[in-house]
Amino acid sequence: MHAPDPPNSEAALLAALRRGDENAFSALVDAYGAVMHRVALTFVRSNAIADEVVQEAWLGALRGLDGFEGRSALKTWLLRIVANIARTHAVREARTVPFSALELAHEARAEHGPALPADRFQGPDAQHPGRWVSFPTSWSTEPDSALLSAETRDLIAETIARLPDGQRVVITLRDVEGWNSAEVCSVLDVTETYQRVLLHRARSKVRAALEDYLTSESP
Amino acid sequence: MTNEFSCQEMTEVVTTYVDDALPPDEHQRFERHLSYCAGCRTYVEQMHETIKQTGMVAREESLPPALRERIVAQFRTWRRG
Repeated sequence: MHAPDPPNSEAALLAALRRGDENAFSALVDAYGAVMHRVALTFVRSNAIADEVVQEAWLGALRGLDGFEGRSALKTWLLRIVANIARTHAVREARTVPFSALELAHEARAEHGPALPADRFQGPDAQHPGRWVSFPTSWSTEPDSALLSAETRDLIAETIARLPDGQRVVITLRDVEGWNSAEVCSVLDVTETYQRVLLHRARSKVRAALEDYLTSESP
Repeated sequence: MTNEFSCQEMTEVVTTYVDDALPPDEHQRFERHLSYCAGCRTYVEQMHETIKQTGMVAREESLPPALRERIVAQFRTWRRG
């Protein structure tokens, strides 16, 4: 995760916080507030509701402070609180239970197309079934290439925004936020296998969007 | 039936490979395929590039000030609690 470490050790900050030290609290908010807000936004899609989620999460964290035993990292603990509160808000918004472990598993098990259209590969009756019909074209990584433009980043953000919920949340946490698989599984309460299935579908779609964009652009 | 991955199968297990989570025998098969298949090498490069570019999507780096204020005010109320 990219959020900076809090300035003091977590144990010292927590002790100060339990004494009601506002500086300790502010340090924590500055260290983890932004990532909590981003995670909330991944779940609820509306700024106003994400704000509420983050506020409630801090209150929940303060109330649960005595129960925090340091078995997980403080950041993971805070983000699990965000995820739980965001889920209840999402339920109110949509009247379904998105992002529950059950729902994510369901999405991961649902029928899904391949990473690439079947016609990119030789058919079952060909001489080499499953082999490329023609190789993918390397993307230029020259400094002036389209790959490195702001437009490319926007395209990625738009592609992610259109993904189904589970895929969107997983790729955001893994690849935008840079978390590892264990952190994502812990916060989302999903198995590693399902997490990876969702990530795979999401990444394959983002790669395909980049391929479309980069190979249709005239140089 | 060959025991090797086809190119099509490579594109379906690539995420597990990149996570270093393939069983050892499949990991070896994956790398053996890469050693002779330029198309799949390009595909894996593109996946790495996709991950790298996704990591550069703009992110909000600090809380909106008004929200931060509300959170700190909430702390003061809690402390008095």
